[in-house]
Amino acid sequence: MTNEVCFRTLHLDKPSSLDTYISIGGYQVWKKILAEKTSQMDIIEEIKISNLRGRGGAGFPTGLKWSFMHPPGGEVQPSMQRYIVCNSDEGEPGTCKDRDILRYNPHQLIEGMAIAGYAIGASIGYNYIRGEFWEPYEQFEQALSEAYEAGLLGKNIQNSGIDFDLYTHLGAGAYICGEETALLESIEGKKGQPRFKPPFPASYGLYGRPTTINNTETLASVPVILEKGGQWFLEQGKPNNGGTKLFSVSGHVNKPGNYEVPMGIPFADLLEMAGGVKDGKKLKAVIPGGSSTPVIPGEIMMDLSMDYDSLASKAAGSMLGAGSVIVMHEDTCMVKTLARLSHFYYDESCGQCTPCREGTGWLSRIVHRIEDGQGKNEDLDLLNSIASKIEGRTICALGAAAAMPVASFIKHYRDEFQYHIDHKKCMVSMK
Amino acid sequence: MSTQSTDLSEGKSDVLSEQTYAEIDQWLKKYPPEQKKSAVMAALRIAQDENKGYLTTDIISAIAKYLAIPAIEVQEVATFYSMYEHNPVGKHKICVCTNISCMLNGSEHILDYIYERLGIKPGETTKDGKFTLKEVECLGACVGAPMLQVGKEYHEYLTPEKVDALLSRLD
Repeated sequence: MTNEVCFRTLHLDKPSSLDTYISIGGYQVWKKILAEKTSQMDIIEEIKISNLRGRGGAGFPTGLKWSFMHPPGGEVQPSMQRYIVCNSDEGEPGTCKDRDILRYNPHQLIEGMAIAGYAIGASIGYNYIRGEFWEPYEQFEQALSEAYEAGLLGKNIQNSGIDFDLYTHLGAGAYICGEETALLESIEGKKGQPRFKPPFPASYGLYGRPTTINNTETLASVPVILEKGGQWFLEQGKPNNGGTKLFSVSGHVNKPGNYEVPMGIPFADLLEMAGGVKDGKKLKAVIPGGSSTPVIPGEIMMDLSMDYDSLASKAAGSMLGAGSVIVMHEDTCMVKTLARLSHFYYDESCGQCTPCREGTGWLSRIVHRIEDGQGKNEDLDLLNSIASKIEGRTICALGAAAAMPVASFIKHYRDEFQYHIDHKKCMVSMK
Repeated sequence: MSTQSTDLSEGKSDVLSEQTYAEIDQWLKKYPPEQKKSAVMAALRIAQDENKGYLTTDIISAIAKYLAIPAIEVQEVATFYSMYEHNPVGKHKICVCTNISCMLNGSEHILDYIYERLGIKPGETTKDGKFTLKEVECLGACVGAPMLQVGKEYHEYLTPEKVDALLSRLD
């Protein structure tokens, strides 16, 4: 049971072409909606049944998010332009699944965005693609041209009276633009600095208009959910953890790759799909959901399954995030690894909030000095103290994302950090 | 000058070519007419490509004039995003990812090997102006680690042999 949803064209010849997508029933859901003028609330209800949760990392229920565009008691300013925005600013270290959707199944994303636009009352959509993704951008643009030519997008689509125009916006290198309000700022031609919330994008989004932002994988899942039913999708996974999920498995594995499998698959099975630990070495640690999610020791990880609840359990103390599984074997120096991650957050902090701007610098400098054999005995407590003072004191989640790895690395591998401080060298040999 | 003018030609200068203006116009079509600022990121990229890979204050001013926004707002964007360059770069900009998945798969050795071949470290350009080397954050191709980007292309599963083949292809 693999590649049933976002990767369903992957095994076919020319997986990204319109002909291929049509051959597997693509755009049938969109055409049916155009012909029958399906009720918006029925679509949202089906998505709610599916238990689809945001695949960008936050795991927020998609159907609920869409329903914010239809608040109880009537529409807010119904005449106002609304927007659907796709977040293809994939940049969380360890994550590279959306790139493959853009490259290999762009039409399904287009169909998902059109349906989402219809369901929330948006006649315009933007797909924000990170600037470095030139090949995926070109693939997506090619698919857009095909969709327009086939009369699947534009004004009065197939004489339905329904309009939907879809455009790409290219980023230019900034991890923070994956934060949804920073992304909106970026489309508006500004620095990608997150906005205060509330107001949330559903009431004040792109250009101040009601907007819904969803991840690429989330939106690309929508056509299959509506084709096969929310219940079908839910049953692929388990309660509260519905559907399939794309896992990017990278690091020390023999067959790194993107694997689309049922949510809740045991980690041990996923590791086996990825060819097991590289060079027959012992599993040491796993970051299960992208660099921001707390690290889990290998022996605990082997008993966990890959879903929201299991990875957030007390034993795991982590998160599913974007399903970006970074595997580390026994030769990995945890100090060096954390030093690299801390540098990343320091580099990518947008500088807007003092605790994050200054705190990420402190974290990076202190971890680096431990790595360089200049660490002091009080450094580990200092790191924990700084991390705890960033969390919850910033506009967006980047601060917490920088703090969480630090706390978890020290919690699980304190002896390794202490060894670096005491002996000014590493206790493992990292090749 | 009226801000409601639809004649874009009045905002042009000879710093940017007609071709660049034409490409910027394509991007302007994507946004509401009153939101020309939305095209600033594309405009900077297009102008940078035309100017051998880096931006100047003249280019920033020209874009500001064309989009009818203050130059400081263009400058803010140009200095916020990492893909914009403000100093001359080599003909080929080699961006090596050293973030976690690449690091675990030996990206340091790739940097060392490029140093061995070209004699440049991250941030440096070869004397002949052919190559600039940059160490970059995650490029979202973690399952192909170690990887690098040259121009618009990704190169994954790198080995010294692959780096050799790539460098000899780039003229």
